Order: sequence, then structure tokens, then C-alpha cells
Amino acid sequence: MADEPLVLGIETSCDETGVGIVRGHTLLADAVASSVEEHARFGGVVPEVASRAHLEAMVPTIRRALKDAGVAASDLDGIAVTAGPGLAGALLVGVSAAKAYAYALGKPLYGVNHLASHICVDQLEHGALPEPTMALLVSGGHSSLLLTTDITSDVRPLGSTIDDAAGEAFDKVARVLGLGFPGGPAVDRYARDGDPKAIRFPRGLTGPRDPVYDFSFSGLKTAVARWVEERRREGADVPIADVAASFQEAVTDVLTRKAIRACKDHGVEHLMIGGGVAANSRLRAMAQRRCADAGIELRVPRPKLCTDNGAMVAALGAEMVARGRSASDWDLPADSSLPVTEPHVPGRTPATAPGHHH
Amino acid sequence: MLLLALDTATPAVTVALHDGRDAVAHSTVVDARRHGELLLPAVDRVLTRAGAVVGDLTGIVVGVGPGPYTGLRVGLVTAASLGDALGVPVHGLCTLDGLAYAARDGGLTGPFTVATDARRKEVYWARYDDAGARVTEPAVDRPADIAAQVAGAPAVGAGAALYPEVFPDVRPPAHQDAAALAALAAGKLARGEEFPPALPLYLRRPDAQVPAGYKQVLPK
Repeated sequence: MADEPLVLGIETSCDETGVGIVRGHTLLADAVASSVEEHARFGGVVPEVASRAHLEAMVPTIRRALKDAGVAASDLDGIAVTAGPGLAGALLVGVSAAKAYAYALGKPLYGVNHLASHICVDQLEHGALPEPTMALLVSGGHSSLLLTTDITSDVRPLGSTIDDAAGEAFDKVARVLGLGFPGGPAVDRYARDGDPKAIRFPRGLTGPRDPVYDFSFSGLKTAVARWVEERRREGADVPIADVAASFQEAVTDVLTRKAIRACKDHGVEHLMIGGGVAANSRLRAMAQRRCADAGIELRVPRPKLCTDNGAMVAALGAEMVARGRSASDWDLPADSSLPVTEPHVPGRTPATAPGHHH
Repeated sequence: MLLLALDTATPAVTVALHDGRDAVAHSTVVDARRHGELLLPAVDRVLTRAGAVVGDLTGIVVGVGPGPYTGLRVGLVTAASLGDALGVPVHGLCTLDGLAYAARDGGLTGPFTVATDARRKEVYWARYDDAGARVTEPAVDRPADIAAQVAGAPAVGAGAALYPEVFPDVRPPAHQDAAALAALAAGKLARGEEFPPALPLYLRRPDAQVPAGYKQVLPK
């Protein structure tokens, strides 16, 4: 236990300033400062507002995480940070902070991939990630099916959204219904009192000739808006709970159907679901039932570990240390479009990487 | 004492070390788009040149702008993080004051203006008196709008050089040098003077529009 790597992780790819600390697969601290309330009146995340909030929150959140974990910064085995993908200016605050702490403390720096972190966080919940694992990542910025055989080196994209991310569709439908931002929790709450079969909304990209693993939520969002506007035009009441439940049913139906199809096609027995939309109660329940029916073991972390956080970055950083992956260089860039196929950004010359000669 | 000075509020990524008497090492690279990549290697480089290690630092001084936000934040968060990790104080200084100090060090006399590029056809600027003291708060404006206020005195900085019709008499230096910032800070420390907080001078609100309302899908 004590010889498992002790790693601090920093996440600033969107509107949460997250700092987590893990020892191997054990979560020690998960401090998050969110600027979500500052974005609400804009109906979405404003990058400059997020970046300013990250700068203010950075050092206090790191201090809080160290205090919560009851460890000294000098005891850390490494510092991990989200290098991408995400909002460029927001990422840069976290990357710059991580470099400064790593350099001042004499620790190796690991720039890691945000999407791979969302998968790896499940090690804190359910132990070592089975190899291979199928991952369904669904958030405000991403909707992807990923197959991984080693989370530190091999993540293969099978499919992703061709237009809106699933979480984006929740935000837009919430706006149509006047439920505020962010839309996910609000739609989930209203849907509990609604009939998911009340309205048959379209299931995007589920036709026989459509790409098997890709998603599309833009048409669904428009169909919901159209249905609601027609009711309003007729002067009829809009059954918000039924619309929310029926929309949510359409999203979760497509997500789980394609994820299970991917598992079956590739002979994979474990499905993990991560990202902010994985906090949706209907998605969790439907995935549970369909996986049970298909003989697939489902792993979904608790909601707080599904939304953006620093613990997931620390979890992947700890795995990098455990598997002897090389540290990143001091000129590590923040890469807003870091490909999912790169779980981390290794230094150019591993033998002399700055993180190694301390 | 070993003071680390850094400033990323302008296109220059500039770092210097000061031992209380002299700047013992410095590095300036002008590249407006790679502050995040260039800064930490520059810190490592000046420490190596001075034969020092990061643990030798006794304090940090950082240019707080005004400056374009993304680059500015790289310096501020780096300074705050280094200071927290090392347990040493972090002092802020107005970036324009560093340029003013360097200009006077280079022989400029009499009152003058410092102006850096604020993009969007504006400059960040302030005026200084003949003793080198800043006499206006840092501001962001269109050069034409401040022409009367800056007329008749020379101007310093790459921002001034962009608008010769408003700043016809431009003097060096064009770019910020952390060695000047460090020397200015070392003097203030020696005299026991207060520093402004190490917080960003953005001078502009974030660009963001509150959406006008819900956009209909159905034709009207």
C-alpha cells in the first residue's frame, strides 16, 4: 500500500478547478472549485470567465487537497495535469501551475489526456481496470466509445458524436423548456415525474446503413424544440416532465444500445461509463439492466467522480508512475485538441527528461 | 537573497535572478503565442546559469500586467505556485513600471509615457513624471483617444511604436526585461516598501454576451 505511487492531479480543462490526490487506486482527496454559477446567466461556459476563475482558485484548491489528504507536498511521487483536450486558456492555467509545483518540489510532471482520465478514475471506485475495457464517455464536450487495453498507452476510438455532445443536447433541451443551465441535472429531476414513452423522439444514427458506433444528438434536440413550439403555438400546456423523460429516454437508449453493441462486436466483457452525463440516473439504470441482460459487467463511478475532477487526473498519473511511463518535459504545451489516442504526453528524451534527474 | 522575477504580460517571456545587488542571470524570448511552453524552461535556464537551484530562491516578483489575459495568467499562476511550493513571498509589480525603470536606466530623462500592445487597436498605458514615478493608473484605450494626454513627451514600449501618429518619439526599450523588474523590486525590498498584490490587471471585462433569448426552431 505505502509503496503505491502518491500522485496529485490538476484538472482545468473546462469550468471546474479540480485537484485530487491518490495513492495507487485509493482516493485521498478530491477538491473542486467550480465557476458554473458564473456561467449560468450566459447559458453556457464562457472560456475567459472560466480561465479567470482557475487562476483565483488554483493555489487555494491545491492547499485544500493536500490538507484533506493529510499528506505533505514533499511526499508526492509525481504531479499530473490535464494537458488536453479542453479550452486552451483554461488548460494553460493548470498546466502552468503543475509545472511550477513539480519543478519547485523536484517531482516528475505527467501531462495526461482528459478522456483517458475519465476512464481511469474508475480504478478509484472499482479497483484495477479490466483489460480490455469498453468505455462510453459522455459529457458536455464529448460523446465517445473507446476501447482500451492499457489506459497508459492504448486507447482506440471506435466512434464519437458527429455533431452535438450528449451533455450539450441536455443543455439545449433545458433551455427550450426554460430549466436553466446546466441542463443535465434539471432534465434528470423533471424526468423522474414524466412518462418516458409519452413522446417518441428520434434515435439518431440507428438506421441499418448508419455508422454503428457514432452518435448524433442535433436532430433530436431540434425535434424536441419543434414539438414544444408546436404545443405552445396551439396554446396548449407543455408537459415538461413528459418531454424531459422522453428526450432523456431517446438519449440513453442510443448511448446504451451502441455501447453494448460495441462490447459484443469486440468480445469485451466490461463496460465503463464516465463523463458528466454518466451522473444521469436514467442512463445508469438503463445501462445496468441492459448490461445484465447481455452478460456484461458495468462499472460506473459515483457521480462526483464522473464530472470533471482532479482525482481522475491523479488516478491516471499514478498509473503512469506505476507502469514506468516517461515524464513530460518542462515545455509541455496545453493542447486543446490532444488526440484521445495519446493517453499522456511523454518527454522527447526519456532518459534525460527533467522529471527524472531529481 | 535570491529573487526570481518573471513577466508574461507582453509578447516577451522574460525571467531574471537578482541577488540584492545585481541581476545575476536573465532570459528574454519574444514569442506572443508560446508563453506557457517557454516560461518554465527559462526559469530552469537562469537558475542553471547562476549556479543556483530552485530551493535557493528567497522571493518571487511577477509582472501583474496589464496585458493580454492568456499570457498574463501563465506568469501569475507560475509565480503563485512556485511561491506556495517553496514557502517564499510572491510580490506583484505593474508591468509598465518595469519598462519605465528600464527606460530611465537607459538614460531617458523628463516625463514620458509607457505603452504596450493591448490588441484590438488599443494600448495599455500609463504616464510617468521626471522622477520616474507613475502619475496615472494603468489604463487601456485607443491611441487616438489619449493623444492629447500623451502629447509632447517621449513614449516607451512596443505598443507605442505601433501608433507613430500618436507616439512620434519612441524610445527604448521595446520589450519588458525581467532584470529591470527584479532591480525595481530589489530596491523596494531594501527600502521596505509595500508591493501591490500579485493579482492580474485585466482592465477589461470578459467578452461574453448574455443570450438575447430563446431562438425558435419553427418558422415564424
